[in-house]
Amino acid sequence: MTILEKVTALLGEGAVLEAGTDRVPRVAPGSPDAVALLLGTAHQEGWRVRIEGAGTWLQSDAPADLALTTRRLDRIPAIEPSDLTATAEAGIGLDQLRQQLADRGAWLAIDPPGLAGRTLGSVVSTATAGPLRHGFGPIKDHLLGVTFVTGDGRMVQSGGRVMKNVAGYDLTRLQAGGFGAFGVIVLVHLRLRTLPRADVTYVLEGAREDLTQVGEDIAAAGLTPAALELVSPALARRERWVLAVRLAGSPALVAADEAGLGAASGGGRFSPLRAEEAHAFWMRLAEGFSVRPVTFRIGGVPAASDELLDLLQHQLGDEWISASPAAGAIRWTGDTNIDRLQRLRRTLAGLEVPLTLERAPWPLRGAVGHFGAYREGVGPLVAGLRRTFDPGGALVVATEGS
Amino acid sequence: MDGLPTHRLIPDLVVLPGTREELVAVVRLLAALGVSFVPRGAGTGLSGGALAAEGSVLLVLTRLNRIVRIDRDSRLAVVEPGVVNAKLGAAARPAGLQYAPDPSSQSACTIGGNVAENAGGPHCLKYGVTANHILALEVLLADGSLVEIGSPSGESWGPDLVGVFVGSEGNFGIATRITVRLTPLPRAVRTLLADFTGLRTAGEAVSAIIATGIVPAALEMMDQSCINAVEDSVYAAGYPRDAAAVLLVEIDGRNSDAVVAETDVVTDLLRQSGARSVRSAATEAERERLWQGRKKAFGAMGRLSRDLVVQDAVVPRSVLPQVLETIAAIATHYGLVVSNVFHAGDGNLHPNISFDATDPVLKNKVEAASAEIMQACIAAGGTITGEHGVGIDKMRYMPLIFDAESLGAMQAVRRVFDPDERVNPGKVVPVHACREWTHARGDRVGSRGAAPRGEAA
Ligand SMILES: Cc1cc2nc3c(=O)[nH]c(=O)nc-3n(C[C@H](O)[C@H](O)[C@@H](O)COP(=O)(O)OP(=O)(O)OC[C@H]3O[C@@H](n4cnc5c(N)ncnc54)[C@H](O)[C@@H]3O)c2cc1C
Ligand SMILES: Cc1cc2nc3c(=O)[nH]c(=O)nc-3n(C[C@H](O)[C@H](O)[C@H](O)COP(=O)(O)OP(=O)(O)OC[C@H]3O[C@@H](n4cnc5c(N)ncnc54)[C@H](O)[C@@H]3O)c2cc1C
Repeated sequence: MTILEKVTALLGEGAVLEAGTDRVPRVAPGSPDAVALLLGTAHQEGWRVRIEGAGTWLQSDAPADLALTTRRLDRIPAIEPSDLTATAEAGIGLDQLRQQLADRGAWLAIDPPGLAGRTLGSVVSTATAGPLRHGFGPIKDHLLGVTFVTGDGRMVQSGGRVMKNVAGYDLTRLQAGGFGAFGVIVLVHLRLRTLPRADVTYVLEGAREDLTQVGEDIAAAGLTPAALELVSPALARRERWVLAVRLAGSPALVAADEAGLGAASGGGRFSPLRAEEAHAFWMRLAEGFSVRPVTFRIGGVPAASDELLDLLQHQLGDEWISASPAAGAIRWTGDTNIDRLQRLRRTLAGLEVPLTLERAPWPLRGAVGHFGAYREGVGPLVAGLRRTFDPGGALVVATEGS
Repeated sequence: MDGLPTHRLIPDLVVLPGTREELVAVVRLLAALGVSFVPRGAGTGLSGGALAAEGSVLLVLTRLNRIVRIDRDSRLAVVEPGVVNAKLGAAARPAGLQYAPDPSSQSACTIGGNVAENAGGPHCLKYGVTANHILALEVLLADGSLVEIGSPSGESWGPDLVGVFVGSEGNFGIATRITVRLTPLPRAVRTLLADFTGLRTAGEAVSAIIATGIVPAALEMMDQSCINAVEDSVYAAGYPRDAAAVLLVEIDGRNSDAVVAETDVVTDLLRQSGARSVRSAATEAERERLWQGRKKAFGAMGRLSRDLVVQDAVVPRSVLPQVLETIAAIATHYGLVVSNVFHAGDGNLHPNISFDATDPVLKNKVEAASAEIMQACIAAGGTITGEHGVGIDKMRYMPLIFDAESLGAMQAVRRVFDPDERVNPGKVVPVHACREWTHARGDRVGSRGAAPRGEAA
């Protein structure tokens, strides 16, 4: 029997989708149990499986015998507006989830780069946070628990549905940013906020150094923006760098911060965006990252952000950059090669700055890896965890590169 | 023993290393001898985590108490594990910064213990728990090797090993150096005390506040039994003794206009939700007094009887009123005194049972009542611990919330860090309830024929 025939026998015809251009069979299990069945079989048969969400982000180019897509895991079993929690399957599109939450007055305060239909599971697995990371923290801070299926088909739950939970070791944090190396996430328990009653965006254009200073002044003045994002001219499609400030929360808080903004703007003048403009601005920023082939993020302390931006400019060119300096996060997108990326990662490692490769064509991704430049002793721990959760190496993920 | 009165063990040997080098040397020696050990901070843990059984060496870390550095620009501090939580807070203050997690035990507990337990505290509602504040760690593994995980920005090198380590209850190794995030001190603070004639209305007020989208810095509840214990003690805070419950609500922020406006909204809401009175602390001294009562409530309750079991569980916020009624019914059934003081804003309950542990009948009743309380919280969609950890005390409840496969996964992760299970053995995961996992090195973890889900150990 071919792989396709075996899978059809296992999960039924409905689970088999049209293959992509590389003709690798694409399978969409309809339930968490079906994911477990499929991976258990893959483990026994020695199939190599690549994981896909909606397939909007990473090119479907990893060498594999089978592509597992989560797109039929698209239910939302629970939204509890009074507890501010929700449970959703990993394949739900973020846009659909957002809409259903908004209908109940709830908000998932994340804005990862990407297209509207990107799946919740992939956002968790890549831990790609957007500008809201400044005010609301990285993706992991929004997770109460996950259920995942290991590379050999075991279903594991971690965490739960409540706000605080220290029962057992925290395997949720292993999955957030694991890029699927430790299993396929099938179900996610989320921590929500109430939809902000006030939500406004201001932008200021200027020279990068001046805007960094304004950003620091804003922090020093005690304002508490939801986002404080420094965007390069090419990405913002403006003449100069842009500092975008999003204030979201209770009307009282937003009004107070708006009043403080003028004083902190270093002589420049922030201009408010109308609601549609603001929406378009943040959306363009999110989608902009898919235009160029390579995207990575680096994390450095706020005080080093200028130096790091200089370094990126010097080594790779700075046309497409978005940074939350106060949150210590910088994202770069553009075109580069294996050599330069590896060199950059080494340089950054010397500065205690990790580089996570978020997106690249397989030849580069496979060589450089999502992760790398571990400190002494870390590699064996990661390898041990990988073997624990995928003993047969069924899941094709470019963790450390080759 | 630690802060849990129901368990006591005598270690074979206690070592108090004075430097990291001494600690490393001791752990390497123990590795060579194949002896297990238990890291211990201040011993304020409430789940028996820092207890060393026969055959284990207790490694007390309180002498490793240096604050290595406070970096104002990068808003972080690097500390040794034995630094006391409140001391770090005091050291950060001159820089206009704070270490936000504030367990009620903060005047005694250590940052190392906080990391191991993923400790919370009243102000974690707004600022997050320990896990949200740990950027990087140096960890001494059981084999005596040191690894550095995390980075000063909090971005990880690869998978989030810091996130996995925090809350591992001393089972993955010893945190020997800890980089924590510091946050700016709030510039304006308002503290409110609202009193209610019913627990249910107090619970509803909590939900009403959260629904506005305003996130108070703290939102704490105390019931009548707790109020009376506090008022009878030297920490008397002026809580009304005839109230069924009081809520302590704190609004803080960097902008005083916003804090004033949000406080007005919350005050109105409390009144609309049935508060008999809402009092605002007029001075810093009054604020401290209100908080003193809350933070020393456990101590005050400790005076009610010889021993006090401080329980810990979490439920969805919306079911708080029902669960509190169930707990009261359980207390009545067993004829026990249960007082509640807890983090209402995130549904983290602390039902406390006063008793005399020398009375075996009473002790059994306390165990049985605790188990029923845990079951009620689980049935309501909650969990068995929100901040005190599993330790030895709660291992028996683990199979009630995790199936054999998930417990096996935890055990397997533990063995990646500590293949021989020599650090703090016999805690957190009930090994007999785990399904078998092939360990990374090829040996087997757990046992076959694991207990099915839902069957208590
Ligand atoms: C226009 C655009 C711009 C983007 N910009 C960025 C960016 O700058 N930085 C960035 O990091 N991301 C970016 N993303 C990606 C995005 O934030 C998420 O990675 C994700 O939402 C992509 O969605 P998807 O469902 O199409 O995932 P896919 O592209 O199908 O998969 C993405 C990755 O997630 C893994 N994965 C998916 N589902 C699971 C699961 N359930 N369990 C385990 N692993 C899983 C896959 O193996 C793969 O590694 C962008 C996406 C788009 C479309
Ligand atoms: C009155 C009172 C009030 C409390 N209030 C709160 C509260 O509000 N919130 C809260 O979360 N907790 C609270 N606690 C519980 C307790 O204070 C916390 O769990 C605290 O984090 C324990 O710190 P410790 O230094 O006393 O650790 P210990 O009790 O000594 O040890 C606890 C665990 O940590 C491990 N450990 C200690 N140091 C290290 C290290 N360096 N590396 C690895 N493992 C280590 C030990 O092995 C043990 O398993 C309270 C306790 C009391 C007595």
